Amino acid sequence: MRVSVITFPGSNCDSDAREVFALRGHAVRQIWHKDTDLQDPDLVILPGGFSYGDYLRCGALAKFSPVMKEVIAYAEKGGLLLGICNGFQILTECGLLPGTLLLNKNLQFICQHQYVRVENSETPFTYKIEQGRVLDIPIAHKEGNFYIEAEGLKALLDNDQVVFRYCDRAGNVTAEANPNGSIDNIAGICNKNRNILGMMPHPERAASSHSVSHDGFVLIEAIENYFNAG
Amino acid sequence: MLKARIHVFLKPEVLDPQGQAITNSLHSLGYHNVKETRLSKYIEILFEDEDEERVRLQTDAICDKLLANPNTEKYSFELEVVNPPCE
Repeated sequence: MRVSVITFPGSNCDSDAREVFALRGHAVRQIWHKDTDLQDPDLVILPGGFSYGDYLRCGALAKFSPVMKEVIAYAEKGGLLLGICNGFQILTECGLLPGTLLLNKNLQFICQHQYVRVENSETPFTYKIEQGRVLDIPIAHKEGNFYIEAEGLKALLDNDQVVFRYCDRAGNVTAEANPNGSIDNIAGICNKNRNILGMMPHPERAASSHSVSHDGFVLIEAIENYFNAG
Repeated sequence: MLKARIHVFLKPEVLDPQGQAITNSLHSLGYHNVKETRLSKYIEILFEDEDEERVRLQTDAICDKLLANPNTEKYSFELEVVNPPCE
């Protein structure tokens, strides 16, 4: 696959995202936010970090970076687009995904291992992963409290757009397992067309030989399987 | 010149954990009649312009495009005529 990872001023998980895909033999490109050529990717990643210092609102200023016009056009044509953490915040701010990531309910920056349940296997990013499978994928954020008004939540549920929910080790989706106050324990959603995924957990932090969890590989393999299935 | 004094605030139905923390602190200080606190943003923009109609339209557009997130926030603003300091 050809993977293009966008670097905004303040991105800090872009190298990790590039490395985990490069180690699996993919052609990885770093795209600076002022570039306007995505270099013909099969997958674009908006990485985690603090684009523009999170000024005003997380992700709000990144949507005006020159590269975003290309990213939006690419996604609207059906290109695979993955937003992780700050990347998810950018996707909601530029309207590619519904909802908003608000300040965590407990006001704290949370950095921890987190179990999430795969709720939808019918996406390119979770292709052929058993529905209900529990993955340990770390989170690290202060603004990950997913909010959407009742009508929007109904649309998400009706269209099966919830891809991950926070859960406990056994896969129970409970209030105790919800780290940040997200509505309906939502940790990741896709668009109606399934080609755009936003998620707060960091799969790239659980996809190397020295990481504690290796469950990030499950997602990377799913994307590879989807790509190879053509 | 014209100054826009802009308030961006969370919609009433959106949880404001910072406001709740402030309420708790006010209760600790003995202000037990405090029922709720809502935290908002205050932004000033200075326009080198005298045309109130144009600046009003621009400020609306600025709030819609950037300063407020329509999913969770609302805004209000007022314009004030500001005289430049005498040379």
